[in-house]
Amino acid sequence: MPHEPVAVVGVGQTRHAAARRDVSIAGLVREAALRALADAGLGWADIDAVVIGKAPDFFEGVMMPELYLADALGAVGKPMLRVHTAGSVGGSTALVAAQLVKARVHTTVLALAFEKQSESNAMWGLSLPVPFQQPLLAGAGGFFAPHIRAYMRRSGAPETIGSLVAHKDRRNALRNPYAHLHEHGITLEKVQASPMLWDPVRYSETCPSSDGACAMVLTGRAGAARSPTPPAWVHGGAMRSEPTLFPGKDFVSPRAGKECAADVYRQAGITDPRRQIDVLELYVPFSWYEPMWLENLGFAAEGRGWRLTEAGVTGMDGDLPVNPSGGVLSTNPIGASGMIRFAEAALQVRGRAGEHQIDGARRALGHAYGGGSQFFAMWLVGTDPPAG
Amino acid sequence: MPEPPRAPLRVEFPFTRSLGPVLRAFLTGLRERTVLGVRATDGRVLVPPVEYDPVTADELRELAEVGPTGTVTTWAWNPAPRRGQPLATPFSWVLVRLDGADTALLHALDAPGPEAVRTGLRVRIRWARDRTGAITDIACFEPFDSAPGRPATAHDGVFADPVAEITAPARLDYVHTAGRAQHAHLTALADHRITGERCPSCRKVYVPPRGVCPVCGVATAEQVEVGPRGTVTTYCVVNIKAANLDVEVPYVYAHIALDGADLALHGRIDGIPYDRVRMGLRVEPVWLPGGAHPDHYRPAGEPDAPYDSYRELL
Repeated sequence: MPHEPVAVVGVGQTRHAAARRDVSIAGLVREAALRALADAGLGWADIDAVVIGKAPDFFEGVMMPELYLADALGAVGKPMLRVHTAGSVGGSTALVAAQLVKARVHTTVLALAFEKQSESNAMWGLSLPVPFQQPLLAGAGGFFAPHIRAYMRRSGAPETIGSLVAHKDRRNALRNPYAHLHEHGITLEKVQASPMLWDPVRYSETCPSSDGACAMVLTGRAGAARSPTPPAWVHGGAMRSEPTLFPGKDFVSPRAGKECAADVYRQAGITDPRRQIDVLELYVPFSWYEPMWLENLGFAAEGRGWRLTEAGVTGMDGDLPVNPSGGVLSTNPIGASGMIRFAEAALQVRGRAGEHQIDGARRALGHAYGGGSQFFAMWLVGTDPPAG
Repeated sequence: MPEPPRAPLRVEFPFTRSLGPVLRAFLTGLRERTVLGVRATDGRVLVPPVEYDPVTADELRELAEVGPTGTVTTWAWNPAPRRGQPLATPFSWVLVRLDGADTALLHALDAPGPEAVRTGLRVRIRWARDRTGAITDIACFEPFDSAPGRPATAHDGVFADPVAEITAPARLDYVHTAGRAQHAHLTALADHRITGERCPSCRKVYVPPRGVCPVCGVATAEQVEVGPRGTVTTYCVVNIKAANLDVEVPYVYAHIALDGADLALHGRIDGIPYDRVRMGLRVEPVWLPGGAHPDHYRPAGEPDAPYDSYRELL
């Protein structure tokens, strides 16, 4: 029996912000879920199972929050399961939901990911004082900055590339009503004049800390046929893992990322990603990761990703737009950030991305990674149903 | 073999909770000695209240006041209270269905012994003297003879100066035990030697050792002393002070490949102006008395290592 084709028929996001003090965690996830259901024209009774993801529980200090969120997500009497793959979890959650539909385990599945970072401190949650170990000496950006310097050395990229990405993404966010940061007066000069926090990473080249949730409704062929709005079809999806540290680990271009992308392209029949994919939503928590991922995912040869950025190819009006939503640099509820990438890719191929819609987008890649470049999750969605 | 070292690990944080409309009314009500439930779609009054219906998933907002007296529906004696529990002396955990409520609330019952507790016991709230808008505003329950049956009454949930957010401190106490590989590493560090372990399959040397090669999936045991000198493979200049870290900024945080190691470890570079640190710089560890690890690394006074000698370790 062939697999069921999988379609995204509903997408919902919260209004993301540094602190959503107006809602509980339940109220936050509810906001995204209701918007996804409304987009799909469905109600709670139409959902057969709920898949929920978030990053480490220390990020809010609620152990197994999914237990208490079943009521808010209409999951009573239905299967509900939790996914956890660090920062990539939003993507992994979408893929688990997609697999449940693909395998015909369930007909219609609600996927949801969230983080309410204001209830804790992510840096604290990631740096517990484990005895006998040398503590990390540098704070959040200090983990990433040395890898960025390694990329600059390897590629010969000019030091302005990071500021170009940050400026572009923050400008793009102005078109996205759900984005956390709306920096109306942002200019390239302001980005380049922002404080150097972890040299070579400037303040404006780092992601914010956000409260937010994202939800999607996934279903099969029959559900897509009944959908009041155009669906996004899943053409391929994959996850890969590798250890955080081992001899030969390439933090600039991790092997797990390359292999994950290759698997997605094989499933989707993509042989030339640069030409065949119209828009990318990549997990870029620090601006320099845009050119790094362009190389890792096969959109540019090794050492040449920054040239696409520099030439404006990744801008809203370039021929390979990256993060028209404003990306993680503008919105970062960690556990939800990966799902937002997947959901924004779906919105683009459904023609429902509003002010940040890329004209004629028919194939889009959603990408997530996390845990010290340990976990990768990606999917490719299209306007047309998959072949076969 | 001597016992591996053990040390306490305390994980502690004052988490905050934004409450949303229902729990805000509930906790503010407790501060005002008023217990509020919420009316579910099927008409039942749920205490403590929830935001969404446990049967239909409907949003619930219709609040109702229930009584300060109720009935024990089940219980468990707690002979040895722990830190942070409602009472310091032995007490009973109880589920109490307050008069007018259809569900039960978990709390503590102050009773002289388990023989004084039974399902069906009538109880009342003993309010805390200082109330802040928290479940601890109910100090505990106490036995109290009264007739059940008071129905819930509608309440608008409006109070002056509502509680918007609470702090929920949490603390976990662990005892952390070093494993065999880490124990050997720590023993060497005490002599200012840095050791790793070699994988019997791929021959790569892990520092610090974890007793396993994650690439080959096999145990490691062969001890290898590395360094003490090494090469800065990459680094950043930290200009922002990290919490709980007593180092003046700016400073350099570097990845250092010690001679003989097949992956880089992390350390601080000192003894050279921060803006003169570079990839390829040769460094050596500096130990301070009593330090478990090198305090930092300083220039070793050698010519820089060529890029090709460490590019595989980046």
